[in-house]
Amino acid sequence: MFAEIEPVMEKYAGVPGSLITILQKTQEAYGYLAEDAIFYIAQRTGVPASKIYGVATFYTQFRLKPVGKYILMLCKGTACHVNGAAGIEEAVSEHLGIADGETTADGLFTLDVVACLGCCSLAPVMMVKGPAGEETHGALTKDRVRAIIDEIGAGEKSLKA
Amino acid sequence: MRIVVGEGSCGVASGAKKTEAALAALLAGRGGGIALEKAGCVGNCYLEPIVDVYADDGSLSARYVHATEDRAADILEGAADDLLISGEDAAFLTQQERIVLRNAGLINPEKIEEYIAAGGYEALKKALTQMTPEGVIEEIKASGLRGRGGAGFPTWFKWDAARNADAGGGAKYMVCNADEGDPGAFMDRSVLEGDPHAVLEGMAIGGYAIGAREGVIYVRAEYPLAIVRLETAIAQAEEKGVLGEDIFGSGFGFSIRIKAGAGAFVCGEETALIASLEGERGMPRLKPPFPAQKGFWKQPTNINNVETFANVPFVIREGGAAFAAFGTEKSKGTKVFALAGKIKKGGLVEVPMGLPLKDVIYGIGGGIKNDRAFKAVQMGGPSGGCIPAALADTPVDYESITQTGAIVGSGGMIVMDEDTCMVDMARYFLDFTRKESCGKCNYCRIGTKRMLEILERITAGKGEDGDIEKLEELAVKIKDGSLCGLGQTAPNPVLTTIRYFRNEYEDHIFKKKCTAHYCKALIRYEITDACKGCTLCAKNCPVDAIAGKVKEKHEIDQGLCIKCGKCEDNCKFGAVVRD
Ligand SMILES: Cc1cc2nc3c(=O)[nH]c(=O)nc-3n(C[C@H](O)[C@H](O)[C@H](O)COP(=O)(O)O)c2cc1C
Ligand code: FES
Repeated sequence: MFAEIEPVMEKYAGVPGSLITILQKTQEAYGYLAEDAIFYIAQRTGVPASKIYGVATFYTQFRLKPVGKYILMLCKGTACHVNGAAGIEEAVSEHLGIADGETTADGLFTLDVVACLGCCSLAPVMMVKGPAGEETHGALTKDRVRAIIDEIGAGEKSLKA
Repeated sequence: MRIVVGEGSCGVASGAKKTEAALAALLAGRGGGIALEKAGCVGNCYLEPIVDVYADDGSLSARYVHATEDRAADILEGAADDLLISGEDAAFLTQQERIVLRNAGLINPEKIEEYIAAGGYEALKKALTQMTPEGVIEEIKASGLRGRGGAGFPTWFKWDAARNADAGGGAKYMVCNADEGDPGAFMDRSVLEGDPHAVLEGMAIGGYAIGAREGVIYVRAEYPLAIVRLETAIAQAEEKGVLGEDIFGSGFGFSIRIKAGAGAFVCGEETALIASLEGERGMPRLKPPFPAQKGFWKQPTNINNVETFANVPFVIREGGAAFAAFGTEKSKGTKVFALAGKIKKGGLVEVPMGLPLKDVIYGIGGGIKNDRAFKAVQMGGPSGGCIPAALADTPVDYESITQTGAIVGSGGMIVMDEDTCMVDMARYFLDFTRKESCGKCNYCRIGTKRMLEILERITAGKGEDGDIEKLEELAVKIKDGSLCGLGQTAPNPVLTTIRYFRNEYEDHIFKKKCTAHYCKALIRYEITDACKGCTLCAKNCPVDAIAGKVKEKHEIDQGLCIKCGKCEDNCKFGAVVRD
């Protein structure tokens, strides 16, 4: 168990101040921080599990629940807000039947509303994090965001077929 | 000939990678002579993807904008004249004064040779081989450089304090704050992506000045490309020997590592950042002791912002006086602003401090999108405020902007037009600070929540007489009762909107009207005579609130309407309006 993070553990377990890095690498490997992963890290680093939980819940990057294959990081930073991000969020929520932080039943999409992706001049913006890396989409409209989601969905279907 | 594709995050999001791939495929079939390169963002984000063509003598021979992959062949054939940048758009750059962005979009950030060819690492060499650490600090003092992270504190003063601090035989640290927490700001991202070596060089010079041998860059996790470019830059700098042991044979050694943040706005605050670097929850602590005395691992630590560091090589190479030649009496040099929101030409703008706001928004930014009326500009993000159009003559310097109730902040400039509701903007920022409050101080934790509740009530049409006064009272108490800058400045967006747009608050509360037609609870959808009777609105209405015959004007039953806006989204004739 946890073989994927063994190299991380070897490098960081004994280095003071590395807890956040370890959590990031663990989440990268498994998509989220499972309870048993937290206990495992506690055992390896000697940091109490309660404290690890405290750190994990403090930072928005960490997730304690599994996520979908594609994470839709929808920006609601100031520039995006001013340019209609609330409407885009509504369109995504309605299209997929999920709210911020939730995952679709087929395990394909998780909606993650974030505060600024740094592409503010292309507002409204969404970054899609998938198996092949990140892709950022700008100048979103309700129609475009639905089309982006459908395209990913269709690609997945043809993969299965 | 050399072709350069702009590949900052904004370029990539606009399809620059696809353009590059298309160009590469075409060039592969052609045989040599043409080099294909990439660069960071030049600043005209609204024109991405941008492709530059350089002649053999190194001069820019053509700049193509909106250069999508389908036009790659045309660009190579010289058949893309319609994409050539217009004189007006080119003026976006020529009106600027670029120190921090001197290399952005021009050099390949993944090749240290290009940075060196542009004069890079000369300043570090000069500092290490010709100047004492005290001399470096003197030069920074002469430049008048103030911190670009928000507070505008004189950089030399911090360096001097860190230099004189007793490390007790242990280490000192030089930390770069690349957390860029203001939602709507992207200056630091562009510098890191477009010219990472400028930051590394600035940090190394600073390290020499204060006596630190180790540097750490705390980058926000949402900037994956910036992290990759920094990693590449550090590796190349080590290989070239401009980082590492005995740099330029001076005996001075300096190393830099990257630490990725994990998503917490408060970690931009110095003491919270240090806690986060140590792997803890990012909670600020009381100052003093200041980081210069007790910082990272309780050792003397100096923290500066990305842009502050990027200015340093210029100051050392050209001299403090050259930097101080720009700007005003108290605000020296240039400042990079991230222009976004309802602006025609959104992007990166670097101008001498003291330029009037309107010159930035109209002169460079081209004015308001769709020629709507300019209402306000938000500066300083969640710690700042909204400056109304009437104050557009205000010079952009630390003192003048602070006088308006906003702050220069890190450089975010979000332009708002008549369709932006100022009460909603205040609600938006309080929602942000309420979520991002670390919870340590009661006033910040609970006070921001109470303010948010009042603002939510007002925008939901349930505002009451006395709400504005309650907001003002809470604002003062939160400012006084909070330990760190987050709480101390959180009420600013509310206070500035009350100060300049009190009438909008009163309209919401007493007339139950949102004059910007934004707040859902306070608007009505109506169908005008422009209706052609296409029936699309009725078909898309989820509650069947719209009735009408084909080719006849439709009507909305206000009793049934849930104000979802689907009719407006679907109308092709602009016949659905908000009142
Ligand atoms: C809540 C809060 C958030 C901050 N966020 C940032 C940030 O994202 N980037 C930054 O450089 N400074 C930020 N600061 C300011 C830093 O605390 C610090 O003043 C700055 O990094 C010092 O660098 P400078 O002197 O070069 O400006 C923030 C301050 C507060 C109170
Ligand atoms: S505000 Fe959305 S990308 Fe910055």
